[in-house]
Amino acid sequence: MNSLVLMLIGLAMFAGGYLLYSKFLANRIYQLDAAYPTPAHEMEDGIDYVPTNKYVLWGHHFTSVAGAAPIVGPAIAVIWGWLPAFLWVTLGTVFFAGMHDLGSLWASVRNRGQSMGLLSGRYIGPRGRNLFLVVIFLLLLMVIAAFTVVIKNLLISTPSAVIPAWGAIVVALIIGQMIYRWKMNLALTTVIGVVALYALILLGDAYPVELSDPILGMSPETFWIVALFLYAGIASLLPVWVLLQPRDYINGVQLFIGLGILYGAVLLSAPEIVAPAYNSDVPDGTPGLVPLLFVTIACGAISGFHGMVSSGTSSKQLDSESDARFVGYFGAVGEGLLALGAIMATTAGFATLADWEAVYSAFGEGGVGAFVTGGGAIVEAGLGLPASLSATILATMAVLFAATTMDTGVRLQRFVVQEAGDLFGWKIGKGVATVVVLVVAMGLTFSQGAAGEGGLRIWPLFGTTNQLLASLTLSIVAVMLLRKRRNPWPALIPLAFVFVMSFYAALVQLGDLQEAEDWLLLVLDVVIIVAALWVAVEALMAMNKARTEPAEEADADLAGSSRGDGS
Amino acid sequence: MSDASSSGPAGSRLRDRWSAFTAGLQEFYAGPYRRTFARAQRDEDDLFMLVVLADALGVPDPAAYHSVELVPALYPEFHAWHRRAGLERSPLEHVGCC
Repeated sequence: MNSLVLMLIGLAMFAGGYLLYSKFLANRIYQLDAAYPTPAHEMEDGIDYVPTNKYVLWGHHFTSVAGAAPIVGPAIAVIWGWLPAFLWVTLGTVFFAGMHDLGSLWASVRNRGQSMGLLSGRYIGPRGRNLFLVVIFLLLLMVIAAFTVVIKNLLISTPSAVIPAWGAIVVALIIGQMIYRWKMNLALTTVIGVVALYALILLGDAYPVELSDPILGMSPETFWIVALFLYAGIASLLPVWVLLQPRDYINGVQLFIGLGILYGAVLLSAPEIVAPAYNSDVPDGTPGLVPLLFVTIACGAISGFHGMVSSGTSSKQLDSESDARFVGYFGAVGEGLLALGAIMATTAGFATLADWEAVYSAFGEGGVGAFVTGGGAIVEAGLGLPASLSATILATMAVLFAATTMDTGVRLQRFVVQEAGDLFGWKIGKGVATVVVLVVAMGLTFSQGAAGEGGLRIWPLFGTTNQLLASLTLSIVAVMLLRKRRNPWPALIPLAFVFVMSFYAALVQLGDLQEAEDWLLLVLDVVIIVAALWVAVEALMAMNKARTEPAEEADADLAGSSRGDGS
Repeated sequence: MSDASSSGPAGSRLRDRWSAFTAGLQEFYAGPYRRTFARAQRDEDDLFMLVVLADALGVPDPAAYHSVELVPALYPEFHAWHRRAGLERSPLEHVGCC
């Protein structure tokens, strides 16, 4: 199979999903109504609730949900062959992720822009919100730990990415000053920022940085992990305009450039896929495709985290309810494109099957490293850039995605810690909360060894938690549809599939972790299983109630909106 | 002259598109952090309110002679401020906002 053919089939499926299935969902299931007063208009406050142009809002939504996860997941999952990963990414995006993201946006818009946490309290039950907090805490913890290891691996495997990866922080600091202190034009600033970033990539390619072993009494691996945690702590405490805002922005711009480079290179070079369609000869220790594929690729197929973004910010800025189709569904398609790019890079970027098998010698061995190596080869062939420079570009792109997610994760987790402290009547300051987050996340990262070995073993657990969150969101959507006496199957089928697969995966991992005597992750897995059972019981009860009680009145949402009580 | 007039509407359209593009870019930059900035601004305003009202609240303030002039300007925000500060009713007898 040629990767160009695969790309075209994938693009056609995404296009079909957007043009046909999202239209069906928008018109028949969610019945989006352009005349419905959205929270952005009803509650406009110039801060959270602001009617926003749908293209700009899509840009916000897409860059918020897209990170390193849609690269990491597929880059690991192709060990089972390219076909299962391809099918799960494309069909998952079309029938699961698009439906889920559009549905969460719609559910929130119909409830005064409330978050999924509050909506789970309203539709699933009073314990729903606590369950949500637990799941979000676990999710963020695993994101921080896993992405630190991802970045560390990239800095070690691609030393040419060290200068641009850390230099991007300086670029972001300068952009922040240019915009807020020197009041420079944003378009000009963007051009300067991108040029500076690519100049750093050239510099990094010319001067790779390999640390001596030991450095400051630590191995390079341990040093990078400690340095990354220190950086994330400082970044989360600085005023956002200084670093996080310009860093998010430049990363968002880089996301579009990176996608353009990757797809453009596939278009121009059309490399053959050397990996098998279905790998029947997987390395020893590789878990079964079913159910692990469906949690290894979470972001890029369906991701509960998207529901948090949809209901946390996007729903409050939707200018017209009908824009939800473009912002929500097409936002999921954007992430599917990133995952498809990762599949092509990790299966068509190698010269021979033997080369590919050498990289995918054990489960979790390919990962982002394979994305950088394979993608670099495709970019070299397609755009004529030197191999090392191509690899540096992709490694920098992956580091920036992972670092931005890590920064945000630390900051959000700090809020969760402060909120949890409030429940016990403890006033936890910003600094203390940040230290708590860093200590807990470092504990998890180093629980596998001083060099963060096997940090990616957390990855399937992250996927399981993420899918659990998606199940919770789909349950809310299903309850709303049942109350309104609309066809609930477009929500129920993905809900049943995702829930069964993630629960099954959690059980499989329980056995694996017990065998490996990895007690910390075992405890985490048990918490996930308990939470999953909890979700199932509460959701089934809520759905049964919604099915048997009288149908909701047609203007129930509108009444709820104008009443202003949110109940 | 004719060139200028013929390029006028086109130039104007181009300028409009550029303005729309830069406005969208600005929104793309600022939007995700609007809430964080608003919260920081509110915290700063709350602190300023506390400083200006220090004397009225019984905290000796050597600059009260100057800051008292600002009090009327802060009245519109006073009710929201004392509620945020955890005071159910107005702490100042001469300000009966609730």
